[in-house]
Amino acid sequence: MNVPSDLKYTESHEWVKLGKNNETATIGLTDFAQEELTDIVYLDLPKVGDEIEAGTECAVVESVKAASDIYAPLSGKVTEVNQAVLDDPAIVNEDAFGKGWLFKIKLADPVELDELLSDSDYEEILSEKESQDEDEEEEK
Amino acid sequence: MTTEAQLKRTPLYESHRRLGARLVEFGGWEMPVQYDGILAEHNAVRTDCGMFDISHMGEVRVSGPQALAFLNHLLTNDLAKLGVGQGQYNLMCNERGGTVDDLYAYRIGEEEYLLIINASRIEADVPHINAVAAGLSFPAADLQIENCSDYTGAIAVQGPRSVAVMEALLPGVSAEVKRNRIAWKSLAGENVLVARTGYTGEDGFELVIPAETTAAVWDLLLKQGVKPCGLGARDTLRTEMCYPLYGHELDEETSAVEAGLAKFVALGKKAFVGKEHLQRQTLSGTSKTLVAFRMNGRSAPPRPHYPLWVGGQAVGEVTSGTQSPSLGVGIGMGYVPPACAASGESLEVEIRSKRFPAGIVTKPIFRKNG
Repeated sequence: MNVPSDLKYTESHEWVKLGKNNETATIGLTDFAQEELTDIVYLDLPKVGDEIEAGTECAVVESVKAASDIYAPLSGKVTEVNQAVLDDPAIVNEDAFGKGWLFKIKLADPVELDELLSDSDYEEILSEKESQDEDEEEEK
Repeated sequence: MTTEAQLKRTPLYESHRRLGARLVEFGGWEMPVQYDGILAEHNAVRTDCGMFDISHMGEVRVSGPQALAFLNHLLTNDLAKLGVGQGQYNLMCNERGGTVDDLYAYRIGEEEYLLIINASRIEADVPHINAVAAGLSFPAADLQIENCSDYTGAIAVQGPRSVAVMEALLPGVSAEVKRNRIAWKSLAGENVLVARTGYTGEDGFELVIPAETTAAVWDLLLKQGVKPCGLGARDTLRTEMCYPLYGHELDEETSAVEAGLAKFVALGKKAFVGKEHLQRQTLSGTSKTLVAFRMNGRSAPPRPHYPLWVGGQAVGEVTSGTQSPSLGVGIGMGYVPPACAASGESLEVEIRSKRFPAGIVTKPIFRKNG
């Protein structure tokens, strides 16, 4: 599973790329998340100027099958929204860590950065998840 | 989870695991929702050939000298019209005219019929069928009812290439088994029933197979390059065609007339269960009617239970909804008052507290070549 080392992560499978002096952040969905969702057909993203709060639902991603919430990794004010993914949500499936970014914020509280996961923490969560799935299969 | 331990598995469970399917609970069964992805599977059925495990569906055999009289009392369509080897769509009603199940009935012998019922309704249907039979008091020798669901598998082969695929396995089958027909054939060393029916809007076949042979037939189809498809694609395909799904468009409180299925109700027949109610609704109208709609522009896909609005009033709710892979737009069905139900009328779908414009369209929502 692709987990770039220059990003921070959440347990709910969002990624965060910090800008200069940790004042801004770009937020997206991880490769794992897009693969789980498959066939993303619609995104409801916050608007420029919206205030979002860490840990709360701030956007919705819709696959053919279901709608899923996206949680704000950090609190802050939305400064930019990726119009390209609104127009063509399949970009998130194709390039989750690159062209598939969702929106950018200006951070409200840099202390929250401590709560984010490093790439190795996130990889561990993914591998635990994988072995859990295997255990479940064995139980069956 | 405790509920998962009780889920039933079809004879193709191991095949699904090998193919890397994502398995979900559906009507008490552990079923593949997708293998590759819903869009790829949907498109395979529209342009090439796909197959679905439908072994979870129930099979009930009804036979004997009174089989026809019994079924014409139990079901809404006129089974006297069926020659041997023909099938038809039917509704099974309760006394209130509500729908116990929707099903396909095939005449597979002079005095022998096969009912294909919904997986989630087997436990409701079988007691209902037996109770209706008991009420008619035919001599036991004249009517036999057998629930074969537990030892019967089934596969649907659907799409424009399904004829070529089936011809490769059973030469001559497409000329013999025409639309809505069924015949016994030998496949993988077993007698299987081959029906020319489906739930996708494409030409195709449904194979009813003894459980122990189902995986061998599945493998024969895989060798023909048929794409395995899950319940996700089955749902988008049938929604584009406006085929009802029990539990969504149909339930015990909803009638065939309300669901727009009156052409499968033979009111000219003698008494049948639910007839008085369906007749009254046909004459005096209903308070709700099923419509198909299409979103006017970009919106999140409509989903079941989203409210439907007309003229600033909530008038009903979505029963089935999805993003249409064929049309690239949100589509769905739902119940509204008959006054708002004309094709071309506009309505709004409430999605996460916002309303989005949609238009009522004639069924089916998707037509090939236009």
